[in-house]
Amino acid sequence: MHIDVKSEQPLFLQVARAIEDDILKRSFEEEEQVMSTTEISVRFQINPATAAKGVNLLVQEGILYKKRGVGMFVSPGAREKVLEKRREEFSQGFFRKMLQEAKKLGISKQELVKMIEGSDGQ
Amino acid sequence: MNRIEIKNLTKYYGKTLALDDVSLALEAGKIYGVLGRNGAGKTTLLNLLTDKISPSSGAVHVDGKPVAGNDEVLGKIYYMMEKNLFPPAMRVQECFRWTQVFYPGFEMPYALELARKFGLNTRKKVKELSTGYLSIFKAICALSSNASILLFDEPVLGLDANHRHLLYRELLERFSQTGSTMLISTHLIEEVSSVLEETIVLKAGKVILFQNVEELLASAYMVYGEATNVDRFLDSRKGMGEESMGKFKSAIVLQRLAEKDIQELSELDLESGKVELQKLFIALTNG
Repeated sequence: MHIDVKSEQPLFLQVARAIEDDILKRSFEEEEQVMSTTEISVRFQINPATAAKGVNLLVQEGILYKKRGVGMFVSPGAREKVLEKRREEFSQGFFRKMLQEAKKLGISKQELVKMIEGSDGQ
Repeated sequence: MNRIEIKNLTKYYGKTLALDDVSLALEAGKIYGVLGRNGAGKTTLLNLLTDKISPSSGAVHVDGKPVAGNDEVLGKIYYMMEKNLFPPAMRVQECFRWTQVFYPGFEMPYALELARKFGLNTRKKVKELSTGYLSIFKAICALSSNASILLFDEPVLGLDANHRHLLYRELLERFSQTGSTMLISTHLIEEVSSVLEETIVLKAGKVILFQNVEELLASAYMVYGEATNVDRFLDSRKGMGEESMGKFKSAIVLQRLAEKDIQELSELDLESGKVELQKLFIALTNG
């Protein structure tokens, strides 16, 4: 889990994203308990309300669920949900930005394709 | 509980106005940052909250009870002052015991554990402590006091980066366990920024800003780019904290970044980014 106070993203979104990353990497399996807001708060030196806001966002999206008195757990099917969401983000955000940057630098489509093919397996 | 109500608080020192009609309602179980430049009134506010000094007018209530002359209420508040009030020849461990006399909920094992974590020698006399260790010692007293309202005036004064980091972590851990209301006054804004939930900015004795930190940072952005284009962008907006570097310029805009702003930014070939609390603070309190 990684959080960067200097990053452009609001901290609560970073918390949500960091947990999603851990789910994608299978650091947290489905039905497994995730870090508590206190643990997140102390480890990353952020206000517990901020940490809770990030966690609650994932609860709303059905990626995490709360077991009363125990903690937060990864929902069944959470990984698939995260994958779908992040793929959408990839094509809408990351990929579009890359195209814009390539355009700015005068990199042609063919050159881009070459780069992608050349970076196979990396 | 432990809601703090500050009503029309004004303090004059002779003819000097140190705090000017300040009203604030502070909720229990939140971490507040009290920010301001030197002489803005931060310490005066904290002194008034704990009845160390009397207001010229106005009052402070905790859960509806006035703090003035009220030992029951004052016993719920621990104030880590910038000044040292312990006898210089007293050893740290004795100071802990005396703190326990005034704060019966004081947790000695926790205090000793913190002392060990920070490498504070509890056999040392207060006068033998360096500036950094004096801060650490006072912060340990505050965290261990078990008071439900903790006020910290410059808690990280003289601390190296590792100890500052450790202190904020311990503070957050303690906060999560006890839910104490905490007020932190400090000049090291960027470091404390992520720890705070709400920020109170004082300028010349007045509260010029009282807002949730996350909301505050989300409702402002920075623009950078060629100075002429930045100026054009700022024609229809209020820019602040402008900084020029050659033909380039950056500025802070106190507005949520909307779709039409993004459109205009890209037309003018400008970039936008997040504002740091410190930069925002400087822009707000300058002049």
